[in-house]
Amino acid sequence: MQTRATLIDYAPLTPLNTALSEVSENPLVSLQGVHFAYGDREILRGIDLNVRRGQVVAIMGGSGCGKTTLLRLIGGQLRASSGVVSVDGRDLAHVGRDAMYALRRRMGMLFQFGALFTDMSVLDNVAFPLREHTRLPPEIIRDLVLMKLNAVGLRGAGALMPAELSGGMARRVALARAVALDPMLIMYDEPFAGLDPISLGVIGQLIRRLNDALGAASIMVTHDIHESLEIVDYIYFVSNGQIVARGTPDEIRASRDPFVHQFVCAEADGPVPFHYPARSMAEDFLGAEARS
Amino acid sequence: MSLVRKIGGFVIDGVWQLGLVARFFMLLLRYSGQSFLRLHLTIREIYFGGVLSLLIIAVSGLFVGMVLGLQGYETLQRFGSGDALGVLVALSLVRELGPVVAGLLFASRAGSAITAEIGLMKATEQLTAMDMMAINPIARVVAPRFWGGVISMPFLAAIFSAMGVFGGWLIGVVMIGVDEGAFWSQMQSAVDFRDDIMNGVIKSVVFGVAVSLIAVFEGYDCTPTAEGVSRAITRTVVSSALAILALDFVLTSFMFRG
Repeated sequence: MQTRATLIDYAPLTPLNTALSEVSENPLVSLQGVHFAYGDREILRGIDLNVRRGQVVAIMGGSGCGKTTLLRLIGGQLRASSGVVSVDGRDLAHVGRDAMYALRRRMGMLFQFGALFTDMSVLDNVAFPLREHTRLPPEIIRDLVLMKLNAVGLRGAGALMPAELSGGMARRVALARAVALDPMLIMYDEPFAGLDPISLGVIGQLIRRLNDALGAASIMVTHDIHESLEIVDYIYFVSNGQIVARGTPDEIRASRDPFVHQFVCAEADGPVPFHYPARSMAEDFLGAEARS
Repeated sequence: MSLVRKIGGFVIDGVWQLGLVARFFMLLLRYSGQSFLRLHLTIREIYFGGVLSLLIIAVSGLFVGMVLGLQGYETLQRFGSGDALGVLVALSLVRELGPVVAGLLFASRAGSAITAEIGLMKATEQLTAMDMMAINPIARVVAPRFWGGVISMPFLAAIFSAMGVFGGWLIGVVMIGVDEGAFWSQMQSAVDFRDDIMNGVIKSVVFGVAVSLIAVFEGYDCTPTAEGVSRAITRTVVSSALAILALDFVLTSFMFRG
């Protein structure tokens, strides 16, 4: 866990009156019995999940298991079919558009490939939420942006355009933009996808340190079990739309649950089968002969 | 039976799509305030959609006017009315060719670019990112592009017509030798400000609304993949061209009933 003393490099991000790295009692994000379906296709079935301030929580699971849908429910982009999704004590089912936008001003989100605005420089990208939501003078906004960029190690890259950035740099700029308004909740959609080992480590450490510096809560959807075990406080495993395992990194490492074991050891076959459901081999290869 | 089903499906899809466009247009109007309160957003789009289309509009107008000069003189001369070339060129351009051809060129140059830009923003999650930052993408991205197009279109049509008249003068007066006084004076007396010029302006505004709405809707509604964006661009150009020609017929039948 990052200590307060080593956060000096990130001091600009630190709210003055926030108890750093302390986990609050009440959950900032709470999902209770959440079901969600696209039409007839059920994606999530009875999800219960809590995230507290100060925590970094990972949601893991195979591709298409509903992890990103979970983030979209928490961000208010989708509405649950049933169950309760609440953020900062507010049930999102009863929040109107304006109130939802007011809530989102206190959230940050890092998209899988950054989603930087390609017609703006790095500096303008990070300044974007500040310019849209505050009436701060340009000089103050510039200083704030440089502080955020400094926190992700890219203070010198302000003039570059997104097309000139590597994947890791783009992810760091997007991270600086996500925390521009000092959010209470930061969501990460596959933050490690496609990164080299150095960038992966940098992003992982930034996620942990920024969360502690801001006294925020972080929810991370990822496949990267090893990097996640190093930085998160709690992990939920999702499979077939349900939470099949949960625990702290130590509990996950010690777990004998077959699903967790398959995931941690990256085994091809197990509770998550290697083969897509199909007819028997005999039926497929021998055809009518086997059936008779 | 399957043919009837296909026709029915086609009609239902068409009505559904029209309903979507209508709802989108209502939302666009509702969130248009920012386009005018933060005028620099709209001015930027006028530059990209309008100013950068000037070259193609001006050159096309010049050539269309020159062709009108050649063809018009050839026909008028048969009836001994070669001096009326100025009237023919001006009325053809101001009433019809100016708004229609400028609209078609605007759709293919600026409309397709608007669809591509919004579509790519959607495909790369930039619109979602904006929405997650509590910034309405319709107000911030769509509305300024729509109004930029609507404002640009009448000016582009006027420039097209002006360049066309210049092209007609170049061929008729300078090259063929039509009397310059007759060319301009007959044009001045025959072209009515309200019946001809203003009706042309109304047409160009209507085409501007149609093309800009189609362009922003197709971009916003596209499937967020490379193929989806490409199809949306094609739909923008085809739908805009059809909309311009259909609307032109409707407007002309109301405006110039004699």
